[in-house]
Amino acid sequence: MEVSSPIIEKRIVIEGIAVIGRYLPGLLQALLTNVQLLLALLAVGFAIGTVVALLQVYAGHFLGVPAFLYEWVFRSIPALVLLFLFYFGPLQFGVSIPPFFAATLALGFRSSAYQSQIFRGAIQAIPQGQMMAARSMGMSRVRAIISIILPQAFRLSLPAWSNEFSSVVKDTTLAYAVGLNEILRHARFITERYYNLAMLAYLTIALIFLVLTYSGNWSLGWLEKRLRIPGLEMAGVSGRGRNLSK
Amino acid sequence: MGLVFDWAWLPQLAHGLLITVEITVVCVLVGIVLGLLLALGRVYGGRLLSIPCSLYIQFFRGTPLLVQLLMVYYGFPTWGITLSPIMSGILALGLNTAAYQAEYFRGAIQAVQGGQMMAARSTGMSLAQAIRYIILPQAFRIVIPSWSNELILMLKYSSIVYMVTVMDIMGVGNTIAARHFSFFEVFIIVALLYLALVFIVSQLLRMVERHVQIPGLGEHAEHR
Amino acid sequence: MNLLKVENIHKRYGKEEVLKGVSFELKRGETKIVIGPSGTGKSTLLRCINRLSLPDKGQVWLGGEEITHSKSNINQLRAKIGFVFQDFNLFSHLTALKNVSIAPIKVKGMKKEEAAKLAMEELERVGLGDKADAYPAQLSGGQQQRVSIARALAMSPKLILFDEPTSALDPELIGEVLEVMINLAKDGMTMLVISHEMGFARSVADEVIFMEHGVIVEQGPPQQLFSNPKHRRTGEFLHKITELYGETN
Ligand SMILES: Nc1ncnc2c1ncn2[C@@H]1O[C@H](COP(=O)(O)OP(=O)(O)O)[C@@H](O)[C@H]1O
Ligand SMILES: [Mg+2]
Repeated sequence: MEVSSPIIEKRIVIEGIAVIGRYLPGLLQALLTNVQLLLALLAVGFAIGTVVALLQVYAGHFLGVPAFLYEWVFRSIPALVLLFLFYFGPLQFGVSIPPFFAATLALGFRSSAYQSQIFRGAIQAIPQGQMMAARSMGMSRVRAIISIILPQAFRLSLPAWSNEFSSVVKDTTLAYAVGLNEILRHARFITERYYNLAMLAYLTIALIFLVLTYSGNWSLGWLEKRLRIPGLEMAGVSGRGRNLSK
Repeated sequence: MGLVFDWAWLPQLAHGLLITVEITVVCVLVGIVLGLLLALGRVYGGRLLSIPCSLYIQFFRGTPLLVQLLMVYYGFPTWGITLSPIMSGILALGLNTAAYQAEYFRGAIQAVQGGQMMAARSTGMSLAQAIRYIILPQAFRIVIPSWSNELILMLKYSSIVYMVTVMDIMGVGNTIAARHFSFFEVFIIVALLYLALVFIVSQLLRMVERHVQIPGLGEHAEHR
Repeated sequence: MNLLKVENIHKRYGKEEVLKGVSFELKRGETKIVIGPSGTGKSTLLRCINRLSLPDKGQVWLGGEEITHSKSNINQLRAKIGFVFQDFNLFSHLTALKNVSIAPIKVKGMKKEEAAKLAMEELERVGLGDKADAYPAQLSGGQQQRVSIARALAMSPKLILFDEPTSALDPELIGEVLEVMINLAKDGMTMLVISHEMGFARSVADEVIFMEHGVIVEQGPPQQLFSNPKHRRTGEFLHKITELYGETN
């Protein structure tokens, strides 16, 4: 094995950093794709998750059981398998879906399952009297859900939702597997040309994600404080059970 | 267009499934050991130990698992550490789950700290003895539900190891699917296998949990 | 003319028949008090009146309209019947003012500013004009219950149902709520009140209804029922109540 002097090592590191520095704008550009995917899949997950949770709580068996089945299926299948099914599945039948779209659906449906679990817990934590009082004043069930139940449920969900956010931020990198031009794919421009800079490149990406997850969590914490209403707090509405924030 | 299916796929996929289970079990075990050390470091380590432990935990919880895997597989060799694909997978997954498990342990230790520790020390036990005989036995029972949680999670996340050429169920599926261009059929089967696996494992874990419960201990530990 | 007519209401929960044919009437401007042991079906009766629970048998009329009719517009009818709950059930995410204005806005389609003005008036009526911006958790039990009365009043109901409005309150807070209710009665509001506050019953009730085991055992003016009950069970119950609640207030 070759023994390199500390001076040479230092020079290599500095050169490496310089190379990474040149690629940084490109990496950040690619990160934008991750962020767009994040926003799209969160939106899909939020919309479907809300509907699924409402069906689970308020619908009869006819719609409630399928809603639970949906949640279970999309929680139990790994993200990569879903990505493959949504991207390569249609492709095989001649339908070419852009990777971004396939990833939005695959990861969005998956997130909707986790989000429905969060919202369901929150809805069930709201005392029955709230619905009763709303109905007693002449509100329809739908009106009561929109005006009384959901505003409370969403607030109660925020801590658990922040955890879900932290999970999916990181999961956007999985779309690499279906060829989405996101940050990890872009990193190949570095690693294929400068094989020995792989560690430095991935460390850089790791740091970028640290900034992203922690600033995202910080913002959601801020939002939570802003939306906080005295007396409307709840411990223990959990999503994936891997809690980033305490 | 007709769908393709070949019975010969099943034994191949089953073998992949076995690899998946092996990787998961080993990495969770690695995670338990390392996670416990990290938690002890954070709680009892003083500033010298607790800051590095805390940095480790924040790093591995704040960055994507896939990045961690690529670091181990492509990055470590540039430091002169070259691991086989499967070892890379196990190491990356183990390092990752350790960070989460450390937090579960820390929560559990802090939940039984205080009164229990004081009582133990008052009987003349050393700090190490109190940790060993009083704190940890209780903390372990509190984190059991988190272990099953992690096990299920890792069962699913372990699928990323196919990206470093490991022939787990995902890797086998990918190979078969690419050979016959039958992604839809193969990955429906893979999805069903995962569904079955997750279902069976979570039922088993639930049974185990019921057996080791101490009445009144750790019921709300997860959300402390 | 009768404002409310309740006829032969039956209600069963599982094996237990909670209401076994309850009938009574309420004239415009009248206040009736319902008393009776716990578990007797008083709350169930109130919920059957505005169909928060569906009676198995029997009819309820408000004015000329049958509430219990399957084709009646229940939300429209409920808007005319105020309901005040034992544990307030104020909307936790809304300020006192919004608690009062939300139903006028969402159910009656009132303009926001108009509803806010109305809500402020109703809050002042219950003595809480200065608490308009407080959230329920920032109010005492007595204040919460007064907000919930204001919330009912804002819909200009023809009738208000009260389900033990003071029994979740600390003793020193009961008075402020009863005072509001006494004023309502004086202003001519029609009220059906489940309450064991005997002093209150004496001062405002046109009639007291004693219920037990899902039936009305006896009803009559408070003076007569309290001092000279016809049924042995009424006397025994009143005796127990006076021991528990005292004769005052
Ligand atoms: N939603 C319900 N489901 C089942 N049983 C009920 C329900 N509501 C009331 N009950 C039962 O009906 C009986 C009468 O209850 P309630 O009307 O609350 O009595 P009261 O208000 O006189 O104390 C009780 O035995 C109670 O358990
Ligand atoms: Mg009652």
